[in-house]
Amino acid sequence: MKNEFKVISDLIEDNKKVLDVGCADGTLMQFLKENKNINVRGLEISKEKVQECIAKGLTVIEGNAEKDLKQFPDKSFDYVVLSQTLQAFLSPELVLDELLRVGKKAIVTIPNFGNWKVRLHLLFKGTMPITKSLPEQWHSTPNLHMCTIKDFVDFIKSKEIKMIKTLVLNNNNVSNITNNNLGTKNLFADLGIFLIEK
Amino acid sequence: MNTEKNIKTLIIKKPLKLDCGKTINNFPIAFETYGSLNENKDNAILVFHALTGDQFVTGLNPVTKKDGWWSFAVGPDKAIDTNKYFVICSNVIGGCMGSYGPSHKDPETQKTFGTDFPVITINDMVNAQYNLLEQFGINKLFAITGGSMGGMQVLQFITNFPDKAKTVIPIATTSSHSAQNIAFNELGRQAITADSNWKDGNYEVNKTNPGKGLAVARMAAHITYLSKKGLQEKFGRKLQEREDLKFGFDADFQIESYLRYQGSVFVDRFDANSYLYITRAMDYFDLVKQFYGNLSDAFKNTKAKFFVISFTSDWLYPTQENKDIVIALNSIGADVGFVEIVSDKGHDSFLLDVPDFLNALKNFLDKSYTELKNEK
Repeated sequence: MKNEFKVISDLIEDNKKVLDVGCADGTLMQFLKENKNINVRGLEISKEKVQECIAKGLTVIEGNAEKDLKQFPDKSFDYVVLSQTLQAFLSPELVLDELLRVGKKAIVTIPNFGNWKVRLHLLFKGTMPITKSLPEQWHSTPNLHMCTIKDFVDFIKSKEIKMIKTLVLNNNNVSNITNNNLGTKNLFADLGIFLIEK
Repeated sequence: MNTEKNIKTLIIKKPLKLDCGKTINNFPIAFETYGSLNENKDNAILVFHALTGDQFVTGLNPVTKKDGWWSFAVGPDKAIDTNKYFVICSNVIGGCMGSYGPSHKDPETQKTFGTDFPVITINDMVNAQYNLLEQFGINKLFAITGGSMGGMQVLQFITNFPDKAKTVIPIATTSSHSAQNIAFNELGRQAITADSNWKDGNYEVNKTNPGKGLAVARMAAHITYLSKKGLQEKFGRKLQEREDLKFGFDADFQIESYLRYQGSVFVDRFDANSYLYITRAMDYFDLVKQFYGNLSDAFKNTKAKFFVISFTSDWLYPTQENKDIVIALNSIGADVGFVEIVSDKGHDSFLLDVPDFLNALKNFLDKSYTELKNEK
């Protein structure tokens, strides 16, 4: 299991109710279910991935986060998880609002477009950055709204969303973001992990 | 209509009050089982059949001498594995494969019921079938499942008996029969009643057979079970055993010949009055109205695990109508999974060899059963 999921899992207490939005093949769901006795549901757009989840005995609904989150009542999950997909939505703001409506808390992770490798790629090559976490060409990428960790922090602040915990992953090392180190983390982190609530 | 042999029946002595207000008692329910019930009696699956189905789910149907209607899904090592599970299916009341229906004799007059048989509903059907649980001493079914009208019975069953099933799998169905579906059913009924041999439903006494009307009903319905793409790919404009058009009204096209064949074989196995009664039951099905507009209330007392399945090319019970069930369940925090299977075989997909569907069904059942075993 990738390090990101370990970090997410550590943010969630045992026996909680969790919705994994864009749960893919259910790796995180399975871990939460088996190791933390979590009552976990998934929402996934890909039919193949839904089938994989069913084969693992996971409860998953085929659907689109932009349309199908509205069927869940307010605060019906303790945590709603969204891993590295916020940037792929037509309207990330609406999805974020929905995550925080459906979940008492939300865990959102974003690939950091402010990472130095991305910056150097654009600066020296003059083409859209291709990295390990952003492997697609500009014309085939699902990512419509790339942002940096700093962008996301500013956005969260402007929306008066409470940041309970802000972590970054950098070469599999986890560290906290503080007001003092935001600039540095924004330069070196691969991934931002945000535990938020409204 | 059918021979008595090979048909197992259970006589229900308890009176059953029907939605129409009448009460029936001492009536037969014809059923069939596959596999064996284990010692804990926790491996039973109740399967509900669709409009023209019957209790003979799989293997050779002893009456029609054809494969059971769900042979692709049910059997040893199949999606519903009869090596593992005990499958029960019964003919719906109103049907014509041994259960109490319009071809039975009215105990009071000793005449064949015909249209004097009470109008029955999906609710009546499941209330009658509930007696099977007592018959087998099953406290809780492992699963209930069915497609189309079978799916309606699944929804009604778990509504009426919320703690009697562990898992619930409605397939290609709806919680409320749509205007379009009522319209197609009405077309079928009109075809039957317009046949002069129908004789107001008393064709048995009159020794006539409204086979032409019933065949037309079947032909019209059959089109609704397929998709445009499926039909086009299978038949296109191919001609039937001829080089060119004949400039007449014979079956020039293969699709015409196919439909005529479907109509003619159906007449041999199905009763015209049963067709009227069962389509009526489908039309009357409106679980949303039963709960005053809030479908969620139908399921609020159950802890069952749901798995809803629809098919991309099913325009009779389209994905959205299946999703409405999912939405109602999610809004009360029920345990529900959902998948839409890609298939160009239309509504009939659930009856056919559609591997993605059969795999999903098998995986869901087997994983749920393992979980059930681990709980103990």
